[in-house]
Amino acid sequence: MPKRLALTAAITLMALPLCVAAGAAGAADGSAPTAAKAAEAKPYKVEGGKVDPGTYNGYRRYGESCMRCHGPDGAGSSYAPDLTDSLKHMDYDAFAETVINGRKNVNTANNNVMPSFGTTEDVANYLDDIYGYLKARSDGALGRGRPQRIGD
Amino acid sequence: MNQRKKVLLSWTALVAASLLSSQPSLANDELSKMSKDPKQWVMQSGDYANQRYSPLKQITTANVKELRPVWTFSTGVLRGHEGGPLIVGDVMYVHTPFPNVVYALDLNNQGRILWKYEPKQDPSVIPVMCCDTVNRGVAYGDGKIILNQADANVVALDAKTGKELWKVANGDPKKGETMTGAPVVVKDKVLVGISGGEFGVQGRMTAYNLKDGSVAWKAYSVGPDDQILFDPQKTTSLGKPVGANSSLSTWQGDQWKTGGGATWGWTAYDPQLNLIYYGSGNPSTWNPKQRPGDNKWSMTIFARDADTGIAKWVYQMTPHDEWDYDGVNEMILADIKVKGTPVKALVHFDRNGFAYTMNRETGELLVAEKYDPAVNWATHVDMKTGRPEVVAQYSTDHNGEDHNTKGVCPAALGSKDQQPAAYSPETGLFYVPTNHVCMDYEPFKVSYTAGQPYVGATLSMFPPKGETHLGNFIAWDASSGKIVWSNKETFSVWSGALTTAGGVAFYGTLEGYLKAVDMKTGKELYKFKTPSGIIGNVTSYEHGGKQYIAVLSGVGGWAGIGMAAGLGGDSEGLGAVGAYKQLANYTQLGGVLTVFALP
Ligand code: HEC
Repeated sequence: MPKRLALTAAITLMALPLCVAAGAAGAADGSAPTAAKAAEAKPYKVEGGKVDPGTYNGYRRYGESCMRCHGPDGAGSSYAPDLTDSLKHMDYDAFAETVINGRKNVNTANNNVMPSFGTTEDVANYLDDIYGYLKARSDGALGRGRPQRIGD
Repeated sequence: MNQRKKVLLSWTALVAASLLSSQPSLANDELSKMSKDPKQWVMQSGDYANQRYSPLKQITTANVKELRPVWTFSTGVLRGHEGGPLIVGDVMYVHTPFPNVVYALDLNNQGRILWKYEPKQDPSVIPVMCCDTVNRGVAYGDGKIILNQADANVVALDAKTGKELWKVANGDPKKGETMTGAPVVVKDKVLVGISGGEFGVQGRMTAYNLKDGSVAWKAYSVGPDDQILFDPQKTTSLGKPVGANSSLSTWQGDQWKTGGGATWGWTAYDPQLNLIYYGSGNPSTWNPKQRPGDNKWSMTIFARDADTGIAKWVYQMTPHDEWDYDGVNEMILADIKVKGTPVKALVHFDRNGFAYTMNRETGELLVAEKYDPAVNWATHVDMKTGRPEVVAQYSTDHNGEDHNTKGVCPAALGSKDQQPAAYSPETGLFYVPTNHVCMDYEPFKVSYTAGQPYVGATLSMFPPKGETHLGNFIAWDASSGKIVWSNKETFSVWSGALTTAGGVAFYGTLEGYLKAVDMKTGKELYKFKTPSGIIGNVTSYEHGGKQYIAVLSGVGGWAGIGMAAGLGGDSEGLGAVGAYKQLANYTQLGGVLTVFALP
């Protein structure tokens, strides 16, 4: 699938620091050997079923902006994909690119539109948190439902 | 009192205008007559009273087990298919979700396509729709088919040819205004609502002149008296005049401007009283802390004059909503005995889990009882004030922002959503498709941006404690406010019911079954698995001397959100309840009309 490379100037400004922050996660999904990969820093922290503030924020932002299409707990719906599955194949950059620019899949068979969130502050500013939450779900590190915060 | 004067002025102007234009129209007579012909199904609800009752009786409790599909039709669209077909003479009109195709099918020629209409719509409207791209069907009147497009355009088509006759913009999708509800033709007008309660729209009902699409009147749900078409002295709530600024005084500052009260449900009409009835949806945002006050007239039943739009009476069911319990569900008009006295009643099964029986002439509240025993957010409705007695433990406002209020029943989907119930004049009972789902609800602060969701709450949903089924199909006595019988369903029943003079009630299930039950006992008499889950409404008609039952399948809608993985639970409930019955293991997408008959 051709990747849309063009990011608008405003979006680049917002997205860049996030890409840096999550760089470790992006690389971990690349060519690193399995053993090394396990040791890489995860974009989330789960301790005894409880999560760090960033991952919790990701859960909440997901609930606000994504759940109405991607279903509860990232698990997909009748009209948008299961993101816990998507993140098994998608790295941070591809994730960020999709969320910022959106994607249209409209033809005789499909009427699927993933909106672009590049100018939605509640999403663009917390992309790494949303990614962290979904990645924790995708890795099986976090179950369904509302996670508890570490220290709760 | 400048404001008052202005209201009165515009009010007089309205009345004058209506006197000029309200000559009894032929279109009206024609449609009223047609709706009484049991062979046809000329409006989405079967008749103006929203009864969804067919006087046909070839199919009976004795022979319904012989029922079988006789022809099917694929709509070519995958998303959730709500609403149902119209049958006008020898033609069946079938609609689809976005892209909102309309087909005219020839019943004399095995459903051959007479014409097909497909509007050109910008797909950027898709993500602005709250929960899938559903559409609840077209309307017929005066030789025209009226379609409410997703992108908020209303189109009138020549019923014979499918040619576009007029088209008007009823809203702006860039502000989150879209359309999912079905239009209703009343006299020489067509009534059209608006969706977008999750995007902070200012909800309204608009009457367009059927002949050319010009605006006859427009009545907002929230705002100043001249916008909501209230007469402070004559518009009543529970028998008392509402007074001036009845909406404005219940909002902080300008909040009413993005206050919601969308009108995406069903509209009823009483030709004798000349009143239309419909409900308004949630106040925006879902975070109650951000909008102090009763937020009138969101969550409200409106009775308005069909010619002028002026409100005769109103009743707010859920003041200051804290759970997203939209008040848009259908109003069923039935002349029944309530506690021994004959009443022109309006019966309404609200999202909030209470079934209301009202006097539809006066707006008096007669009965308000829970129609699902799981309902816990309020103990009861105070019959004097009409207000629900809210339980503090389940008050998301009381518990506040960033606090997870747990185990509220019903969930935001309501004990029933838009899927319409049916009434039978023979049994005097109401047949109601219901949801049996609870939720955790955590409100948080959000800011309004035009065209962006304005929600402000995180939810998770699950069946009531200790239970595993997510729906019921019930028979309801609106006089005593009691369930007569109740059938468990694995999933929410998201399909509109049908009652028939043959003693059989019909409904569809999310797994895709069309089911027939005995209206007296609830006993299941027949079921057939259609190609996809059913969220459409069941219809009956007669053609060539034979009774048919028709239903659209095509899973989706809000029900489709829980489809892939089933509903989640709170962390403790995980695993304890077997709620992970994935709908995806039972059915897949695809719009198909299935038509049934006896051999
Ligand atoms: C209006 C519905 C809608 C909303 C809201 C939405 N999405 Fe999507 N999303 C979709 C659809 C539909 C697709 C699939 C598009 C396609 O078929 O190419 C998709 C695809 C994606 C993908 C790519 C998945 C893959 O396997 O290729 C990601 C990642 C994604 N969405 C993340 C998000 C996030 C994060 C949010 C919230 C910030 C969000 N989406 C909000 C509808 C939505």
